[in-house]
Amino acid sequence: MSFDTPAPVPRFGHGSRVPGWDQAVDLTKPPATVPDPATTPVPEGLRAEIEAAMAKYPDRRSAAIPALHAAQNLHGWCSPEALEQVAAVMQLTPAYLTSVASFYDMLELTPRPKHDDVYVCTNISCSLRGADEVFEAMLAAASEYPDVHVTSFECLGACDIAPMASVNGEYVGPLEPDDAGRILEDLAAGRGVLEHKQLRYRRCADPEVAAPEDTR
Amino acid sequence: MSLKLLFDNIDEPGLGTLPVYERRGGYGMLRKALEMAPEDVLQNIIDSALRGRGGAGFRMGQKASFLPHGDMDKYLVCNADESEPGTFKDREIMQKNPHMLIEGIVIATWATGIHLAFIYIRGEYQLQAQILEAAIAEAQEAGYLGGNICGSRHFLKLVLHRGAGAYICGEETGLLDSLEGKRGNPRLKPPFPAIEGLYRGPTLINNVETLATVPSIIKMTGTEYAKVGTETSTGTKLVSVSGDVRRPGNYEIELGIPSRDIIYGLAGGPPEGREIKLWFPGGSSAPVLTKDDLDLAYDFDTLAKAGSMLGSGAIIVVDDTHTVLEVMWKVAKFYAHESCGKCVPCREGTNWTQKMIERIQAGEATPMDLDIMASVQEQIIGNCLCVLGDAMAMPIGSMVAKFRSELEAEIEAARERAGAGALEDVVGVL
Repeated sequence: MSFDTPAPVPRFGHGSRVPGWDQAVDLTKPPATVPDPATTPVPEGLRAEIEAAMAKYPDRRSAAIPALHAAQNLHGWCSPEALEQVAAVMQLTPAYLTSVASFYDMLELTPRPKHDDVYVCTNISCSLRGADEVFEAMLAAASEYPDVHVTSFECLGACDIAPMASVNGEYVGPLEPDDAGRILEDLAAGRGVLEHKQLRYRRCADPEVAAPEDTR
Repeated sequence: MSLKLLFDNIDEPGLGTLPVYERRGGYGMLRKALEMAPEDVLQNIIDSALRGRGGAGFRMGQKASFLPHGDMDKYLVCNADESEPGTFKDREIMQKNPHMLIEGIVIATWATGIHLAFIYIRGEYQLQAQILEAAIAEAQEAGYLGGNICGSRHFLKLVLHRGAGAYICGEETGLLDSLEGKRGNPRLKPPFPAIEGLYRGPTLINNVETLATVPSIIKMTGTEYAKVGTETSTGTKLVSVSGDVRRPGNYEIELGIPSRDIIYGLAGGPPEGREIKLWFPGGSSAPVLTKDDLDLAYDFDTLAKAGSMLGSGAIIVVDDTHTVLEVMWKVAKFYAHESCGKCVPCREGTNWTQKMIERIQAGEATPMDLDIMASVQEQIIGNCLCVLGDAMAMPIGSMVAKFRSELEAEIEAARERAGAGALEDVVGVL
């Protein structure tokens, strides 16, 4: 929703924000139990990754988020199949894992194929410096690329390069609306995104901590 | 040139790797601490009067001394879920000097008798997580982690845990639930984590910057460290300056310098020809201050007395080209999105505050809505398990109080744009 042209706010009777809240549960369906490892095929790499994660913690449940990340990397999203596989390795119910996955912004429960993620920060510090325009431009440019998912995201912790975006985890900024096209070209070409604007190469802003060879 | 403890040589190439860090004297303070008795190390941290850098400003030494003694399973959790809007200081430490954080963690666990530590880093920090992972492996290899650290009887396992994108997991008990593999809902306090935390064991939770300061405290000794800054806000602090300033970024300052020196001196102030309208002194959760408050000393107590807070040390500057309403909308929308939904005042309060602001934008509001909005904020504060709701209520409440006339003018203008009729007609009906 853009700030300049706000839609009228529905005042009453619009229900909860959560889709499906008013649909009854099918009580005739048997509850999903912990999947049987013997009959649930799990890709070997994924199994190894989840087991390595579980070994790190005193309680195996702590590995839920790392395991769901691993499954999502493999499947593109936390599909019922992915949840089933994680549940079989971790010996938890799929419902428990769904409850976890639905809580976190980076875990996806809606179907989509493998894709590139562009998170555009539209929180306060970025929006003060024009993030909303960057987001609009990014959305418009990405409409021709079905494999690129553009999402507006809450503060990504890089307000020094505002307005910024995280492209498959790589932080880039400060962005201008024109950069949208270049980001997509770089993604399509499979090269590093906007190399000259990547956070990893940015120096500390504090003028008194310049490195020895730096003569700023 | 002010004292640099955390940002000393921060941009030196390769500082994130063990050889360079060791050449700069890295892990020397760990050796020194391991030669001291744990009680003496803890006493140094207590003497330093170091206050938590994550937001609450609670003294680290005091928190650590709450941990029960004995052989039970105790845990240290480093809170690296930096997601307070405007805050990006921990990111710079973890990316450029990860070993300083690891050294601080090992010293803190020695002081408190802990043998299992976690770093909970937010899921979005992919690069920083990779760097930390590599640094932990290096430290493990070199014997700074694991068993018999540096030949002492201390042993420690350090696990890096990546989150998956939820602001609430920065709240300490929400973080613990998330680390246990659950939804990150905050818990009822007390019991506080120092008594019953992770896996129901005593848990020390500290921010990245707090733990990264520990080696400096050992180096200077606690009493010397306490002489830096002001009496109740000791030491140096990283401030993240963002928004409408010419040089946004992280700066290391001694606590107690005038806020003007940070915003204008270091960050360059707002762009040419613009003036500061308001600023958040400690992240978007802090009640806003105006340009009349620029001469306040930047420390915990002065800002608290001025009705705001130092929080995470994130200064967000808003200049006069932006409307207060726009800022309010962004703040409210963020907290409404991030409320975990466990406590009603927060879940409903953040949601309805956002809707009330959107009513103003749509030209459907009257000045009475501002009174309702203010009363909603009052009813959130102090009525929830955690302070997420308060974190919206405080800035929104302060903006309604300090910029009421501008907001009333905005209501009138929006009504005109929407053709909703002049206010007098409506007020007459009411």
